[in-house]
Amino acid sequence: MTPEQAILWAMGVPLIGSILILITGRKPNVRETMTLLTAVSMFLVVGSITHVVIGGGRPSVTLAELLPGLNITFTVEPLGMLFGLIASGLWIINSLYSIGYMRGNNEKNQTRFYFFFAIALASAVGVAFAGNMLTLFVCYEVLTICTYPLVTHSGKPEAIKSGRTYMGILLSTSIGLQLLAIIWTWQATGTLDFREGGILDGKVSGGVLGILLFLYMYGIGKAALMPIHRWLPAAMVAPTPVSALLHAVAVVKAGVFTVLKVIIYIFGIETLQGTGAAMLLAAVASMTLLFASVVAIRKDNLKARLAYSTVSHLSYIVLASAIATGTSIIGGGMHIAMHAFGKITLFFCAGAIYTAHHLTLVSQLDGIGRKMPFTMAAFLVGSISLIGLPPMGGAWSKFHMMLGAANADLLIFVGVWMLSSILSAVYLFPIIGRAFFRPLPQTDGQAAAAGIQEAPLPSVIAICIAAIGTFVLFFYAGDLANFLSPIVKS
Amino acid sequence: MISAHLPTWQVVLPLICAPLCVVLRRTQATWLLSLAVSWVSFAIALALLQQVAATGTITYFLGNWPAPWGIEYKVDMLAALVLVLVTGIGSVCIFFAPKSIQAEIPGDRAYLFYTMYLLTLTGLLGIVITGDAFNLFVFLEISSLSTYVLISLGDSRRAMTAAFRYLILGTVGATFYVIGVGMMYQMTGTLNLADLAERLPAVADTKTILVAVGFITVGFGLKLGLFPVHVWLPNAYAFAPSVVTAFLAATATKVSVYVFLRFYYTVLGASTFDKLPVNEFLLALSLIAVITMSAVAIFQNNAKRLLAYSSVAQVGYILIGISLVTATGVAAGILHIFNHGLMKGALFLVMACVFYRIKSVEIADMAGLGKAMPLTMAAFVLAGFSLIGVPLTVGFVSKWYLIIAAIETQSWVTAALVLLGSLLAIIYVWKVVEVAYFRPRPDGATAVTEAPMIMLIPMWVLVLSNIYFGVNTDLTVGTAMSAAKALVGVAP
Repeated sequence: MTPEQAILWAMGVPLIGSILILITGRKPNVRETMTLLTAVSMFLVVGSITHVVIGGGRPSVTLAELLPGLNITFTVEPLGMLFGLIASGLWIINSLYSIGYMRGNNEKNQTRFYFFFAIALASAVGVAFAGNMLTLFVCYEVLTICTYPLVTHSGKPEAIKSGRTYMGILLSTSIGLQLLAIIWTWQATGTLDFREGGILDGKVSGGVLGILLFLYMYGIGKAALMPIHRWLPAAMVAPTPVSALLHAVAVVKAGVFTVLKVIIYIFGIETLQGTGAAMLLAAVASMTLLFASVVAIRKDNLKARLAYSTVSHLSYIVLASAIATGTSIIGGGMHIAMHAFGKITLFFCAGAIYTAHHLTLVSQLDGIGRKMPFTMAAFLVGSISLIGLPPMGGAWSKFHMMLGAANADLLIFVGVWMLSSILSAVYLFPIIGRAFFRPLPQTDGQAAAAGIQEAPLPSVIAICIAAIGTFVLFFYAGDLANFLSPIVKS
Repeated sequence: MISAHLPTWQVVLPLICAPLCVVLRRTQATWLLSLAVSWVSFAIALALLQQVAATGTITYFLGNWPAPWGIEYKVDMLAALVLVLVTGIGSVCIFFAPKSIQAEIPGDRAYLFYTMYLLTLTGLLGIVITGDAFNLFVFLEISSLSTYVLISLGDSRRAMTAAFRYLILGTVGATFYVIGVGMMYQMTGTLNLADLAERLPAVADTKTILVAVGFITVGFGLKLGLFPVHVWLPNAYAFAPSVVTAFLAATATKVSVYVFLRFYYTVLGASTFDKLPVNEFLLALSLIAVITMSAVAIFQNNAKRLLAYSSVAQVGYILIGISLVTATGVAAGILHIFNHGLMKGALFLVMACVFYRIKSVEIADMAGLGKAMPLTMAAFVLAGFSLIGVPLTVGFVSKWYLIIAAIETQSWVTAALVLLGSLLAIIYVWKVVEVAYFRPRPDGATAVTEAPMIMLIPMWVLVLSNIYFGVNTDLTVGTAMSAAKALVGVAP
C-alpha cells in the first residue's frame, strides 16, 4: 500500500466499517467485533504512513475538484499525523470501553451509536489529513453533523435541548464566521492550500488580518473559546464513550487542531507573532482558560466538571498558538496528545463510576476508591497529567508552552499557566481525596459492604491502558517534540 | 435534419400533446403520454445545451420569417441551462405523480392535471426560448392560466381562494409587463429582444423607457415572488396538490427570474443601472426578504407553508446575486436558479410522500416519521442540508459564489445577511427534523409505512442530484460562469 492509498483507506476503512456495523446490527457480538476490527485496521493504516512522514515525506492525494481551482485534497504533515494517530489509536481503547459501558447500561439503539461513531472517526481523520482549508471545512462540518445523533442518543427532552445547543453553536459559528473567513481568504489570496509560512502574508492589511483572525478563531466553534463554549458542556448529555472520545479527543481536538493549522499554515507564525490581534486573542484565551477552571471548581456533576476542564485545556492550545513562537506551537501540538490521553482516562473513570454505581455527582463519591481501586488510581494518573506535574505526559507539553511564552518575553502568560495548574489541582484533587480518604456513606446505620465493585471488565481494561499511556508519554515527550519540529521550520 | 428544428420541438411538442390528453381522458394513458413528452423534452433540452456549448448561441426563425418581423427563438447558455432545469424537474415530477395525484385529485379530473401540466410546461419553455417580447407575453399567459387551474385542483377548498388570489395578482403582473413592453414598442418600433437591445440606447434616457423598466420589474416581480409582492405565493404553494407545488416551486419562479436577467442584461444592458438604480432597490428588497421570510418560515406550523416562505427567501438569494451586477454575482444568481430548483423540488416531493401516507403536512402530525418513513425523512434531512448550504451539497456551491461576489464588491452587509439567512434556515429545517425524529407517533395514530417505490425513486433522484451537483460542479459552475460573462459583457 502506497502512502497515498493509505490516506484514502484511513477514511475508507471506517466508512466501510460503518456499513458492516449496520449489516451486522442484529448480532451484538459480531457488531462489536466489527467495530474493534475496524478500529484496529484503521489505526494500522494510519500508522503505516508514519514512517514516511518522519522521513520528511508529505504524501498527498487529490480526490476531486469541488470548485474550479479548489480541490478536495489530503496531505499528511506531522501535526495531522499526530492527530490522526491519536484519534484512531484511542478509538480502539474507546471501542473496548464502549462494549462494557453500553451493555452495562442497557443503552438502546446501539447499532446507530456504533454506526455514527465510525463515521465521526472517518471525518476526524479527514480533518487531520486535510490538505487545504476547504477540505478541512468539509470534514469539519461532516464531523459536526454525524456527532449530533450521538449527542441526542437518549432522545430525552434534555438531550434534544442539548442537541440544539450543540448543533446551533457549531453550525452557526462555522457557517457564519469560519466560512466567511475562508471565502475572504480565497478572495484575497487565490489559494486555500496550507503552506509553510502562511498564505496571507502581504496579501491583506494589518486590520483585515486581525478581523480574519477573529473570524477564524470564533468560527472554529469546536475550539470552544468563551463565550461560544456552551455546546461542550451541553454535549455531556451523550453516553460517556461519546464524551470520552469525541468530546475530549476527536471533536474538540479537531477544533484546536484547526486553530493550529490556520495559524501555522494560513497566517504564518512570523506574520502573526506579536501583532495586536494575536495578543488580543491570547488575552481572550487566557480569560477562557482561567474562567472555565473556576466554573469547573463549582460544578458538582463530574462530567460537567470535566467538560469545563476541557474548555480550559483547549484554550491552553489556543493561547499557545496566539503566542506564536516555535516552542509554544510545538507545545500546543504536544498538548493535543497529552490532554487526549489524560482526559479520556478521566472520562472513562466517570463513565465507569456511573456504570457500576450510577453516581454522577462529585459529592456522592465518598470512599468510592475502596470499591473501585483501579478506576480511581487511573483517575489520579489522569489528574496529575492534566495539572501538568511529572511523571505524567502533561508536564512536558505545559513546559514547552510556558517556555514558548517566556521566549517571547510574555511572562504574564507563564503566570496564567501556573495559576491554571493550581486551579486544576483545586477541581481535581478533592475528587481523589473524597474517593480514598473519606468513609463510604452509611446506609441504615450500617457501613456499606467494602468489597470491590468495578465496572465491566472491558471498561476496566480500557481505563488501565489509557492511564498507562498517559504515564508512558512522559518518557517519549522528546521524540514527540522532534517529530513535530518540522511544522515550525520555515 | 431534426436537430435543426429542436428549438421549435422544445415548445411545440408539449403544446400539441396537451389537447391529446383531453381526448384520451383515461388517467393511465394521459400519464404515459405526459411522461413520454416530459422525457423527450428533457432529451431535447440536453441536446440543445450540448449544441450551444459546442457551437454557440442557436437562433431559429419560426416559419423562416426573419427577425424582426417574424418570431425568433434564441437559445444561449443561460436559456439552455434553464430549459434543462425545467424539463428535468418536469420529468421527475411526472414520474412521481400518479400515486400522489390519485390521492389528492378526484379520478375524473386527473386528466386535467396532465393537460394543464403540459400547457404550463409549454408556457415556461416558451418564455425561456423566445426572442420576442410579445411572444413572451403569450407564453406567460399560457403558463399562468394553466397554473391557476393546477393550483385550484388542490383538494382543500382553500386551494380555490389561493388560486383566485394568484389569478388576480398574476394578471396584474402580466398586464404590467405588457404595458412596459408597449411603451418600449412605442419608443423603438420593435418587439424583438435583440432588436430592442440595439435601438434602446438611443432613447434610453427618456422617461418612457424608465417607466417601462419599472412596469416590467414590478410585473415580473409579482410572478417570481419578489418581496413584498409575494403574498400570493405561500398559500398557492401550501394548498396546491403536492406534485404541482414541487413542479412550480422548482421551475415557475425560476423562469420569471430568467426574464429579469434577460431584460436587465440582454435588452437594457448593465449600464442601465447607472441611470436607474433598480439593482439597489432589488438588493435591498432581497436582503429584507432573506431575513424576514426566513424568520416567518420558522413560525409556520404547516411544512409546505414553511417551505413556501423559505422559497421567497431563496428567490431573494438569486436576486441578490443578480443585483450585484458583477460576473460572479450574476453567475451566483444563475447557479442558485438551478440549485434551488433541485433542493425545493426534492423537499416538496418529500412533502408529497408525507401527505400520501399521513394525509397532512402539519409539522405536529409528522411526529415519529423518522422511524416510520426512514427513507423519506432521510431525504428531507439531506435536501434540508442543501437548503442550509452544508458543504458537498448544491446549496454550498451557490452560497460560496454569492459570498465571493459580495466580498468582491465590498458589500459586507450582504455577505453577513446571506450567512445569517443560512443560520435561520438551520432553525426551520431542524424544527421539522426534531419532530420527525424525536417525537414518537401519537398513540392511536394509524400505522404508517414507507412511501411506495414509484415515489421514492424520483424523490431520491432529486436528492442525490443535490449531492452530485454539489461535488461535481463542472457543468453548473461552468455554464453559469460563461452565461454570466456573456450577460454582463465581460469577454468570456
